[in-house]
Amino acid sequence: MDNAISISGLNKSFGSTKALNGLDLQVATGEVHGFLGPNGSGKSTTIRVLLGLLRADAGSVRLLGGDPWRQAADLHRRLAYVPGDVSLWPNLSGGEVIDLLGRLRGGLDQKRRRQLLERFDLDPTKKGRTYSKGNRQKVAIVAALASDVELLVLDEPTSGLDPLMEATFQYAIQEEREKGRTVLLSSHILAEVEALCDRVSIIRNGHNVETGTLGDLRHLTRTSITAELAGHPNGLSSLADVHDLKVEGNRVRFDVETHSLDKVLRQLTDVGVRSLTSQPPTLEELFLRHYSAEASAK
Amino acid sequence: MSGVVGTRHLVRLALRRDRVVLPPWIIVLGVIPAATAGLYDQLYPDQAGRASLTHAMSSNPSLSLLYGPAFDLSTAGGFTAWRYGSLIALVMGLVCVFTVTRHTRQEEDTGRQELLSSAVTGRYASLTAALITAGLTAAATGLVSAVAMIAAGLPPAGSIAFGLGIMLTGWVFSAIAAVSAQLAEYSRTANGIASAVVGATFLLRAVGDAASDLGWLSWLSPIGWASQLRPFAGERWWVLLLLLAATGVLAAVAYRLLPRRDVGIGILPAKPGPPVGAPGLRSPLGLAWRLHRGLLTGWLGGFAVMGALFGSMAAGIGDVVGDSAQAKEMFQRLGGASGMVDAFLAAISSIYGMIAAMYAVQATLRMRTEETGIRLEPLLATRVRRLRWVGSHLVFSLLGSALLLVVAGVATGLLHGLRVGYVSGQVPAVLGAAVAQIPAVWVVAGIAVLVFGAAPKYVMAGWSVASLSLALALYGPVLQLPQIVVDFSPFAHVPKLPSAAFTATPLLWLCLIAVVALAAGLTGFRRRDVG
Repeated sequence: MDNAISISGLNKSFGSTKALNGLDLQVATGEVHGFLGPNGSGKSTTIRVLLGLLRADAGSVRLLGGDPWRQAADLHRRLAYVPGDVSLWPNLSGGEVIDLLGRLRGGLDQKRRRQLLERFDLDPTKKGRTYSKGNRQKVAIVAALASDVELLVLDEPTSGLDPLMEATFQYAIQEEREKGRTVLLSSHILAEVEALCDRVSIIRNGHNVETGTLGDLRHLTRTSITAELAGHPNGLSSLADVHDLKVEGNRVRFDVETHSLDKVLRQLTDVGVRSLTSQPPTLEELFLRHYSAEASAK
Repeated sequence: MSGVVGTRHLVRLALRRDRVVLPPWIIVLGVIPAATAGLYDQLYPDQAGRASLTHAMSSNPSLSLLYGPAFDLSTAGGFTAWRYGSLIALVMGLVCVFTVTRHTRQEEDTGRQELLSSAVTGRYASLTAALITAGLTAAATGLVSAVAMIAAGLPPAGSIAFGLGIMLTGWVFSAIAAVSAQLAEYSRTANGIASAVVGATFLLRAVGDAASDLGWLSWLSPIGWASQLRPFAGERWWVLLLLLAATGVLAAVAYRLLPRRDVGIGILPAKPGPPVGAPGLRSPLGLAWRLHRGLLTGWLGGFAVMGALFGSMAAGIGDVVGDSAQAKEMFQRLGGASGMVDAFLAAISSIYGMIAAMYAVQATLRMRTEETGIRLEPLLATRVRRLRWVGSHLVFSLLGSALLLVVAGVATGLLHGLRVGYVSGQVPAVLGAAVAQIPAVWVVAGIAVLVFGAAPKYVMAGWSVASLSLALALYGPVLQLPQIVVDFSPFAHVPKLPSAAFTATPLLWLCLIAVVALAAGLTGFRRRDVG
């Protein structure tokens, strides 16, 4: 079996709203797959279909070689799920929730549980109603990562975590990858997916716009540069990897593909740099730039 | 005065937030006594019946337990004050407790307090505003009841004493809640502590009034003071001073405690939970037990107390009803014709069933709360099957409601049996009458499951089914509705044990309907989207 998850032509409507419209998603066994899309693009709906919580209207969905709707409970022995919005039982402590979910999945690695609690700096004795959003998220993450499963389904798992904990989370996912576990990581943050994933699927309005390795999607990872120069910039427009160049007197603004950063910066320093800011494009900008034509064509 | 700066704005905010919650309580609690006073003349039209009433009622300890001491029942006012005085004080107390907690501790729980405290508000502003809001609610209730009673033609002095009694007991309990809000770290705990105190004061009064040698106990209770004020029975105005003094002392304690703690923290530290799950917490049923046990325990306690009260009342029911032909007829319509006591036992068994159906609906709808609270999804993403999860909750709604009826039946039979000296006969008879309600309760639960499975958005309809079943069976015969309408209530079909003969056929039909509704609901849930 090559693919842990295999979805093709998936449709799902809620009343008159089409949430998924011919979605395809292939996740190979053992890979960390990024599932990227803006808010409301259908990521969570896809995951709920995968978990057998929602019934597909049309299309084929295979999960770990089975049918997620008919064989839900059997397949769920082999996966762990972290929802994007974690809600805990108010009168159960975090430790109780972790143990309950672990036992319902079929067992928990006690050593790993201890280690993760420490790493995520989570107090397991607090009651559900007293945890902050980030700490509720940590409870679900610890419960999932301490379970002995083949597949991790993570729906925006880092929403609510502070940057330090995000780094801890990324480290933990690297470990899972080394153990050979398959991970489906949904996110609307490009940088998170870049840091962790082997391959990425990008969806918008319920269907795929792009799938491939990060190398394939290199054109998505341009850097935006704004700079104030000592003199008038010359020759920037002739460089092949510079896009959307705007010049106002000595000020320039442009996007550059990451592998050409070096060459372009050298060009700038030759003129003399007074100030410089660089930032990776947000996903929203990418969608605006790459897919607005497609959206308006629809 | 800088400690209370901003209080005026907070009171306005609180009144605006509560503008839907509080007025109905004020009106219902305020109008009920006056409405009863109007019925008094119909129930006891002749002078002789009225004169004997005081003696008949006060000689029945179970009535004193429930309503308080009967001082003078020969007037409409005296009867009303006896019948409703301490019950209204009890409910008023709970309304004030929840109001104070809502505007103090709950605001700290949600973090809104921090936002308010950062604005120009004094340290004591929130507490003061909450006390003023609850105090105004109690004052409005007292005012409405006094005005309504005077308008109904009752003596003004008694009406004003009754209204002041309600208002001041509300104030005492507001002050108690102000203290509990300083002690507990969470609003649930604060409400729990204060409600327990309210319940304990009612219990003190009940025991003190029922046991003649323990009369001093009711003088320890604000609810007892409200009845010792003796509205319409030679008012003792000085008792009002007790209520005022208690309010002052308790409020002072709350104001002294407040600066000794940080915002969001209680004087009593919150208890941490266990760091690991107990061995029993490993299945949907184990989880359901944790979610339902508090609710079920509360209901079981309530049913035991209710059963004991009605059981101890049953033998003397003839005295209670007295010569009122109307009340007699009402019991006989509800409970069947043979013998007043058996008719009463049958009627209360039916009422047990209807109340147990409320629990069954509440326990069933817990599933929808879990679903919309997105706590179901992570469970179904484990190897838990949908039907197993539903089953874990249905254990409580179906078997839990059956257990409630068993407890009420045994308690009623036991107390009634003790009073008439025939425990071995009365326990099985009353238990049988209560247990016969189970199929009807399950029909209501089954319909709630059906709505949950097939049309989850309309799950609140479960309450409508339970209330309609209750209203039709309880008031249908009294209002002389056509039988075909009354028959929509499953409770109309239960044989009226112990006064009528047992027939199995209607019970089997009810079971069948319950099973069909359950099966349809489960099938619907298996097939539908979750979330």
